[in-house]
Amino acid sequence: MQAKERQYIIAPLYFGPFLMSEPLVTVQSVSVTLGGNAVLSDVSLTLAPGRITTLIGPNGAGKSTLARLVLGLVQPDSHNGNTSGTINRRKGLRVGYMPQHIKIDDSLPLTVDRFLWLAAPGPTASRRAALERAGVAHLRRRSVQQLSGGEMQRVLLARALLRKPDLLVLDEPAQGVDVAGQNALYGLLKTVRDELGCAILLISHDLHLVMAATDEVICLQRHVCCSGSPESVSRDPAYHELFGPGAGTPNLALYTHDHDHDHDLHGNATHSHDHSHSHHHDGPCNHD
Amino acid sequence: MIELLLPPLLAGLAVALVSGPMGAFVVWRRMAFFGDTLAHGALLGAALGLALDISLYVAVVAVCLGLAAALSALQRQRQLAGDTLLGIVAHTTLALGVIAISLQTGIQVDLFAYLFGDLLAVGWQDVIGLWVGAIVILLLMLWQWRALLSITVNEELAQVEGIAVQRTRLLLMLLLALLIAGAIRTVGVLLITSLLVIPAASARRLTHTPAQMAAVASVLGTGSVLAGLAVSWFANTPVGPSIVVAASSLFVLTLLRRSS
Repeated sequence: MQAKERQYIIAPLYFGPFLMSEPLVTVQSVSVTLGGNAVLSDVSLTLAPGRITTLIGPNGAGKSTLARLVLGLVQPDSHNGNTSGTINRRKGLRVGYMPQHIKIDDSLPLTVDRFLWLAAPGPTASRRAALERAGVAHLRRRSVQQLSGGEMQRVLLARALLRKPDLLVLDEPAQGVDVAGQNALYGLLKTVRDELGCAILLISHDLHLVMAATDEVICLQRHVCCSGSPESVSRDPAYHELFGPGAGTPNLALYTHDHDHDHDLHGNATHSHDHSHSHHHDGPCNHD
Repeated sequence: MIELLLPPLLAGLAVALVSGPMGAFVVWRRMAFFGDTLAHGALLGAALGLALDISLYVAVVAVCLGLAAALSALQRQRQLAGDTLLGIVAHTTLALGVIAISLQTGIQVDLFAYLFGDLLAVGWQDVIGLWVGAIVILLLMLWQWRALLSITVNEELAQVEGIAVQRTRLLLMLLLALLIAGAIRTVGVLLITSLLVIPAASARRLTHTPAQMAAVASVLGTGSVLAGLAVSWFANTPVGPSIVVAASSLFVLTLLRRSS
């Protein structure tokens, strides 16, 4: 009798993760043309709760455009009224977005606190907590125009976190941050992911760090060159064609200080739990 | 004396009160030249209103909105900068307005009154209309304050956060057109931009939050109207320009204050 009751309790826990992983955003074979240039062609992407996905690729590969497509800031191409491919966003999706930088006109007297209030009106304590999280609590009363580029990024991160998002999109969050700061940043993102159960989409051109802190890597060169777990992507010929031989792999262990793997005596990473991500490789990548 | 001065005073205060927050948005969004263009177009609207024998306010609002739509369509091409387009549209509509007014037969139209305002000629009916308009505009701005401010800070962040950017921008245009239509009788089409921009610019140095800046701009604007009317009454100067000079004097005073 008791055992049977326990089963009822276990069942929802067991199915929980499966219900959670209903995708938040699905992009299916979408193309984007901006100002007459084909920026993305036939790109597909799925963002699921609790997963950190990173877009990598050289300059002009369309990373930001893909992120903006997910955010709804860029529209897919349409031919005769029919859009190329499909984008599905879960209803009522709460999005936190951290752009690379924003410019706020000097004529607007705006403190960091008020800037955060715009994203989520609520008690001061919640804004203070979000700023503390991003490590910039001391900037709360500062005017936004006085912030340095790095400080503004942190404030934008706090603003995105304040919204308790289902999906967090960060454009080059590690730009201009030293290695220690980057480790702290990726550590923070993992904590946030675990707490909120949100999906995180990152753009980066910093290969090594991203490789260590990501569930899925999408290697972009106007189309998806290859995608999958960091390990499988770093072994993919298309990846090496894009970034040169040896990119990523040797330093993978060096910068990795979170605990989804152990280090063996030679300093190589050995994975302590199973990565069941599939790995796709979609044709050759030409760089021109 | 008070019976003569009360309607102009109340009319001027209504316009100045709304010009505070609206002017703050014009300054923040760098829309001064845009507002000026709409005001120039208002003259064409007034002429059309006279020709078609419909309400001046309705005609002016309609022309301003049409201009705003035409300008946003024109700005999609990238060969000419925004201020060049505004220069073309502003002066074309002003010229068309002057021609249209000069073609009016039968009624004697005082062009000077439209260009520089004729506050002393407003009646009680205008006062009631202006106050109803002012309260409607202020309530709408208060209701949409966070959305209006969000799209002013950054339109993309606002859109991602679920704010209807296009709708909010349209609301701001509509309210600006309404204000210009109301202001045409008080300070005239050539001076309305100054009543929007100068008090808000003065308020910038005195305030630390957007709401403060909007409120202080309202206070400075109403002060300018009071001072301008007083000067006009005692020195027999034209009212509209007197109000603008009063506003500018306040701005110069704020320059003396050390920036915080």
